Amino acid sequence: MSAIYVWIETFKGKASAASWEAVAAGRSLASSMGVPVTALVFGENAVVVANEAGSFGADNAIVCDDATLTHFRLEPYAALLSDLVKKNEPFVVLAIASSRARELLAASAADTDSAMLSDALTLNVDDGDLVATRPVYAGKVWSDAAASGNTVFVSLRSRAFESAEPTPKTIDVITVAPVLSEDQIMTKVERFEEEVGTVNLTDAAIIVSGGRGMANNPATPPAGYAGDATVWKAQDGFEHTLKPFADALGAAVGASRAAVDAGYIPYAHQVGQTGRTVAPDVYIAAGISGAIQHQAGMRSSKIIVAINKDGEAPIFKMARYGLVGDLYQIIPAITEELNRRLGK
Amino acid sequence: MRIAVFTRSTPDTAAKVEVDAGGKVTWGDAATVVNPWDEYALEEAIVQAKSAGGKAAVIAIGAPMHEEALKHSLAMGLDEAYRVWDTSLEGADGLAYATTAAAAVQKLGDVELVIFGKESVDIGSDQHIYQTARKLGWTMLSYISKILEIDYAARTIKVEKMLEQGKQVITSQLPAVISVLKDINEPRYPSFIGIRKASKAVIPEWTLGDLGVTLPTNSTKVTAFKNLPPRDSKSEMIEGTPQEQAAKLVDKLLEEKVL
Ligand SMILES: Cc1cc2nc3c(=O)[nH]c(=O)nc-3n(C[C@H](O)[C@H](O)[C@H](O)COP(=O)(O)OP(=O)(O)OC[C@H]3O[C@@H](n4cnc5c(N)ncnc54)[C@H](O)[C@@H]3O)c2cc1C
Ligand SMILES: Nc1ncnc2c1ncn2[C@@H]1O[C@H](COP(=O)(O)O)[C@@H](O)[C@H]1O
Repeated sequence: MSAIYVWIETFKGKASAASWEAVAAGRSLASSMGVPVTALVFGENAVVVANEAGSFGADNAIVCDDATLTHFRLEPYAALLSDLVKKNEPFVVLAIASSRARELLAASAADTDSAMLSDALTLNVDDGDLVATRPVYAGKVWSDAAASGNTVFVSLRSRAFESAEPTPKTIDVITVAPVLSEDQIMTKVERFEEEVGTVNLTDAAIIVSGGRGMANNPATPPAGYAGDATVWKAQDGFEHTLKPFADALGAAVGASRAAVDAGYIPYAHQVGQTGRTVAPDVYIAAGISGAIQHQAGMRSSKIIVAINKDGEAPIFKMARYGLVGDLYQIIPAITEELNRRLGK
Repeated sequence: MRIAVFTRSTPDTAAKVEVDAGGKVTWGDAATVVNPWDEYALEEAIVQAKSAGGKAAVIAIGAPMHEEALKHSLAMGLDEAYRVWDTSLEGADGLAYATTAAAAVQKLGDVELVIFGKESVDIGSDQHIYQTARKLGWTMLSYISKILEIDYAARTIKVEKMLEQGKQVITSQLPAVISVLKDINEPRYPSFIGIRKASKAVIPEWTLGDLGVTLPTNSTKVTAFKNLPPRDSKSEMIEGTPQEQAAKLVDKLLEEKVL
């Protein structure tokens, strides 16, 4: 019997939280089509993750826990997924559009000559076709697309579908063998440097971002500081003003390109057309003017708060709440208020 | 030996993009530019071709408007440019594109490395990068921030790849398709002489027939473009001293139940 496949992305044996959004999206498609949801889990700890997927709504799972699948590598992952798709012809293969999933789904769609819908914000069945809406032109407009064929691959925008409350459940788990053995895989991971405390902007429920305005920090570099004083001020501001604010909110730290290009904060934090696209519940922009390329990355945020000393800054046009003033006075005040009110 | 790179023209990122009454996407009189991500790919192709003693070739798949991106590429210093177009590609999907792109690379014949930018700033579904690699049956290495070593004799490539959780050093085999990030280089500006030379260049055009391509039948069709639903335009300025602003904002966020 055909099914809806949902690839559960894992890292070091743990599922990404966003994967459960994909399971929920699969669940609602499955109910309208009357087919089961099958979780696909590859790599270490696959059986445990598969049962976790069950608690979030999967009916059964196909797992492959093999040493060749420990690191995500396209060759063994795509070979396995394409093989499962060719053998079982699922109606749909779903995953959250992370960088790994985009690559995996696209590759398998090519291997099996299947259609693919990417970055879906909505997903429905219409007259036998799968239809989805996705943002294009950096989210300035949307497009509707329809896909046909035995199997359709769909990557979903994270935070566009809501995951279900988990109810512990043990499900049927089928174990399959890998398709490629290590000596058939050309790509070898020689080294992996994990960046601890990395910014997971796309999953964050709250983001606070700083822009060029971070440089107007009243704090001054220590006497005899040889570097660029502006950069020091901005970096100090990100660390001692924005970070404590983010911590008080349980938020991730973002930035504008101007802040990144000036070396105030690493590129991984950049939000916008050439950075990350985010859609948190709350997006707080401090010292950011709101250029169209910045808007491209954050316009789907539910509540936007702007803090800017220039009341005419374009960011206020899209803000639900606007605070005109010096971020170096306002942010410490909010942090204090939060810590007092939320009892931290 | 050739290094191939793909590019095309996209509307300037500052353009106001809208859907007009006829359902078409418009960006007024805003300029089109080389897809900004591709500048890194073009630069890398020039550098890699030079160090290998080969040629850097750029390919655009698209209508004549994309010739502009090819001329920009030639002006930067790419050695050759080709444009592939066929009316049956109008509105075709990523898989059709990838099938075509792979055939174009094969037609060049002696390509060892294909370089893509990370994504396009307009459609931004990087899917056909990976699909081009699969259609060629080549190694796919994405999100590359540095090429550490290429050994054409041993047919190996060593790169640094960025992941959400950190970075990897990986080795693999040529021929390969890679997509590059902005950390990889500092793209050059076209020189005056380059621009003059490029403006006179005649760019060969290939059809699907020239490439011997049959497009796949399963497909994705864009059925409509839509303007965004209007944002909840409620907007409220929070005034007072910084302390008053802070207290009022926290009240609001607690009311919205988002904390
Ligand atoms: C191809 C391309 C891609 C791009 N991609 C991106 C992208 O991905 N992301 C992105 O962000 N940008 C991007 N940009 C750049 C974008 O056009 C803007 O230049 C950039 O967003 C500006 O950053 P900013 O708002 O921090 O700086 P500015 O525009 O300089 O704004 C700084 C703001 O800080 C305010 N300010 C200063 N001091 C204070 C203070 N003490 N308190 C409060 N407010 C203060 C000022 O009033 C001002 O509004 C791109 C541009 C191009 C051409
Ligand atoms: N029609 C095309 N011709 C040449 N290159 C393209 C074309 N479409 C996309 N690309 C390139 O492929 C990469 C991914 O684009 P996209 O899939 O649109 O995000 C970018 O480097 C693009 O410039």
